[in-house]
Amino acid sequence: MLTELDSRILRIYQSEPDIQMANLASKAGTTPAVLSRRLGRLRQNGQIVAIEAVINWQILGYKVEVSLRVTLDKTHHMAFDNFMSEARKIVEVIEIQTFLGKVDVRLLVISKDMDDYQRVYRQRILHLPHILEIEPLMHIARVRNSEVLPV
Amino acid sequence: MMELDEIDLHLLKELQRDCSRSAGSFVEQLGLSQPAIWRRIKRFYEEGIISGKRLVLDTEKVGFSVTVFLGIKLARKGQVRLEDFERAVTAIPEVQTVEHVLGVYDYRIRIVARDIPDFERILRRRIMTLPGAGEIEANVLLSEEKRQGPV
Repeated sequence: MLTELDSRILRIYQSEPDIQMANLASKAGTTPAVLSRRLGRLRQNGQIVAIEAVINWQILGYKVEVSLRVTLDKTHHMAFDNFMSEARKIVEVIEIQTFLGKVDVRLLVISKDMDDYQRVYRQRILHLPHILEIEPLMHIARVRNSEVLPV
Repeated sequence: MMELDEIDLHLLKELQRDCSRSAGSFVEQLGLSQPAIWRRIKRFYEEGIISGKRLVLDTEKVGFSVTVFLGIKLARKGQVRLEDFERAVTAIPEVQTVEHVLGVYDYRIRIVARDIPDFERILRRRIMTLPGAGEIEANVLLSEEKRQGPV
């Protein structure tokens, strides 16, 4: 698990992934040498996975974002696997999540405009196997998108 | 819309996985000079194609074993101000994302918790007391894949 210091480091580092190491050390109240050791340990333990670039799909022309909440026909024992492996082949699908609850799978689909969305939906999504029901949620606004963990 | 060539797309794909890589680390792979690669990467940031960086942590390994998505419908009786709801919900530290959506729910939020009792505490004390919160649907996240998208 995380030490007090680890939590402090991760809290700051999550909110400023661009921070200079010397600055991070002083904000976390430690020395650069200790910081570098702690970060090395956190990476080694797989607690820190990576630093990713976040792509703004809107600027690349993908204006429409739709969440599709899918219920699968679970009487088929391979329903999840078949569905997921086919969904991975659709490049417009940028997130695949599986759930325990009313919804089985959620796909996040991006497309250039409504015509493009229609095409993806009719020609790709509706052909995915074992679908019982699809329910769309159109994204209007992101009020918060931090994915910061309250460590 | 930004025009991107094959090399840009390749770079974007790599940076999506790991943006701590230096321009120099792509030289061999792409057969371009380091300054040429550096200019392309710089352009991604300047034009907002890359909107930021994200420190990716392994949610479970840093102590959050439960992720739940809640669909929240606002109660229609009595005028609820969206701003009031949004302000209150974003003040909850365990809330990672808040999306205003159009569909069966008004808001879709992502919550992390240490375990199920912790989730219950957040749900009862923080979520159910939100101003204007009506019907709530919970789906527990089992797995999640972020795909690279159409790059």
